[in-house]
Amino acid sequence: MSEQALNFMPSEGFRARAKDVVENPFLRQSFRGAMDFLINKRITQFPDPEELESLRTLGEQIRQYNLGKLPSLLVELEENLTRNGIKVHWAETPDEANAIILGICQAHSAKLMVKGKSMVSEEIELNHACEAAGIDAMESDMGEYIVQLAGEKPSHIIMPAIHKTKQEIARLFHEKVPGVDYTDNVDELIQIGRKVLREKFLVADIGLSGVNFAVAETGTLCLVENEGNGRLSTTAPPVHIAITGIEKIVEKLDHVPPLLSLLTRSATGQNISTYFNMISGPRKPHEKDGPTEMHLVLLDNGRTQAYADEQLRKTLQCIRCGACMNHCPVYTRIGGHAYGTTYPGPIGKIISPHMLGLEATKTMATASSLCGACGEVCPVKIPIPELLMRLREESFSAPHANPAMRGQGAGYSALVSAIWRGWAAVYRSPSLYRMVTWLGSRFGGLMPSNQGPWTSVRVPLKPAPKRLRDMLKERG
Amino acid sequence: MSARDRILAKLNAAPVLPKAAPDIAAWYQTHRGTESTAEKAARFRGCIEFAHAEVHVVSPASWPQKLAEVLADKQIGKLLVAPGTDHGARAIAGLTSGGIECRGYDSRIEAWKEELFHDIPASLTAARCAIAETGTLVLWPDEHEPRLMSLVPPVHIVLLDAATTHNTFYEAMQSEGWANGLPTNALLISGPSKTADIQVTLAYGAHGPKELIVLLMGEVA
Repeated sequence: MSEQALNFMPSEGFRARAKDVVENPFLRQSFRGAMDFLINKRITQFPDPEELESLRTLGEQIRQYNLGKLPSLLVELEENLTRNGIKVHWAETPDEANAIILGICQAHSAKLMVKGKSMVSEEIELNHACEAAGIDAMESDMGEYIVQLAGEKPSHIIMPAIHKTKQEIARLFHEKVPGVDYTDNVDELIQIGRKVLREKFLVADIGLSGVNFAVAETGTLCLVENEGNGRLSTTAPPVHIAITGIEKIVEKLDHVPPLLSLLTRSATGQNISTYFNMISGPRKPHEKDGPTEMHLVLLDNGRTQAYADEQLRKTLQCIRCGACMNHCPVYTRIGGHAYGTTYPGPIGKIISPHMLGLEATKTMATASSLCGACGEVCPVKIPIPELLMRLREESFSAPHANPAMRGQGAGYSALVSAIWRGWAAVYRSPSLYRMVTWLGSRFGGLMPSNQGPWTSVRVPLKPAPKRLRDMLKERG
Repeated sequence: MSARDRILAKLNAAPVLPKAAPDIAAWYQTHRGTESTAEKAARFRGCIEFAHAEVHVVSPASWPQKLAEVLADKQIGKLLVAPGTDHGARAIAGLTSGGIECRGYDSRIEAWKEELFHDIPASLTAARCAIAETGTLVLWPDEHEPRLMSLVPPVHIVLLDAATTHNTFYEAMQSEGWANGLPTNALLISGPSKTADIQVTLAYGAHGPKELIVLLMGEVA
């Protein structure tokens, strides 16, 4: 065997960040506690296994049916939104999406944008683009507000500030919010956030939001939330801009109730969220409030690549509930920031390679024990473990023509491939197997003491001096 | 080629994988029962109270009186109402004699945004219908009861006729034919505003109403 450590593990940045969290007992406790809480809340929402299973099957059917008709549904959605008075924009890349949004802001000489929670806006790094353009983009979801104040990024797609303790948030508010004394009382902290952000909703020029479901037949954008900041962001400012990935579309309004039920029960263990906001247009002439102008930005950013392959297309079934990360033993131990991508956890591992290319994400799919929990809890039955295996294949196989993914073969190593080919040959041939194991039992002492990641925490592997077959022979 | 054309071209070049349309009606048929009006109202009440809403059972004749009591209890002296509606007119008639100031949402938001955000402690709206399964109020804001009326005031009081309660969200949209005409903004509201973003500790009154009070007209099992 080679002395060189075999690098099957994720890239150095990922490993270093993961190590930091694994060695931090406070963070470990934060994530473990929060994930246990969410796991238990979800279980209480699904007391009947038959109902859960049949509802998941229905959710999968709804998502696959709609993905099957995606191009025509996008056109139908655009027609109906346009008829309803909502302007539709298309963006292939994050840069294009940012340019569209900044263009709208500039047309209104906007100074302040309030944002409802939107992971797609994180995906395109809209806040940075706004800052560069001199527009103040303010997060209004409590968790997002906290991470923005701290100069960080969300560590969970549903609970962005899950990595922070209330004491850390108390210190943060005391330092960053003028006139606020230290308090770690959660109700008081929330009221501080409410007070600051109310004044922003009052004067903001632009409200930005994501979309949970876009209904093609009615031209309706649906938003799920508990706080009311999503409603305020989409209702109080004179202009509302929504942004969504092209996959979040359903043909019929009646596709929404099963998906909504799966989403809230899987995400936070609620039978429904406090608010379900269905927006089908800007203010009409006789109405007294609501935005006078509305826009929807449809973002590709690698989704068309996933769509082009029958197996990878299943990635796009996702309704962003976060149950896969709540149940992931890797996510629970390393937290969301370690991944270094907008979407962490199992869904992050299968969607990020389409957004960023395999060159930047080639090892993400290896940060998994393939325990299968993510696939079991997924409310729309995305076969996440199968997709992780597929992505490993795409990353580590030899580069070939017409690859299904950008960066295919980025993790390919001729040496590693040769070792595995040798391994396969040994296991295919009984005589070769006998010979290799005999050599192993005689020359086991020559095994290197550095066996890469294995020996970083364990003693070196060394073949036993006697094989099982030798011992059985001795016993007669 | 525009971004639109390029995206659609890529999607259209992908393999066509048609799937059968999901049978949503069949799932609800086999997995959700139907209940009497009183049973539905009771289930609605249990769910929305679990979500920290306050429910008072009232009669069509007595609700203005209960409304006055609730406001007195909470020491609220000013209520945002919709003068152009029957219930708004009745609230005005029933409250002004008791010294409660009734403010109508009678002009465009631009004219009084500051006042709405700072000086309106409570509002009264009607619900179009309700959903028993999840304890949900359905609101369809219009020119009389605009969108912000149920959102900005810290206390939101809702008048609901128990007879309009549906078993499920699906049943509500099917039986009322929502797909044929949604308002600019339709809302499902299932409790006061809340968040668990700090250490998964539940806190009420995040950005929307801190209190949600339902005046439930009709029979409750």
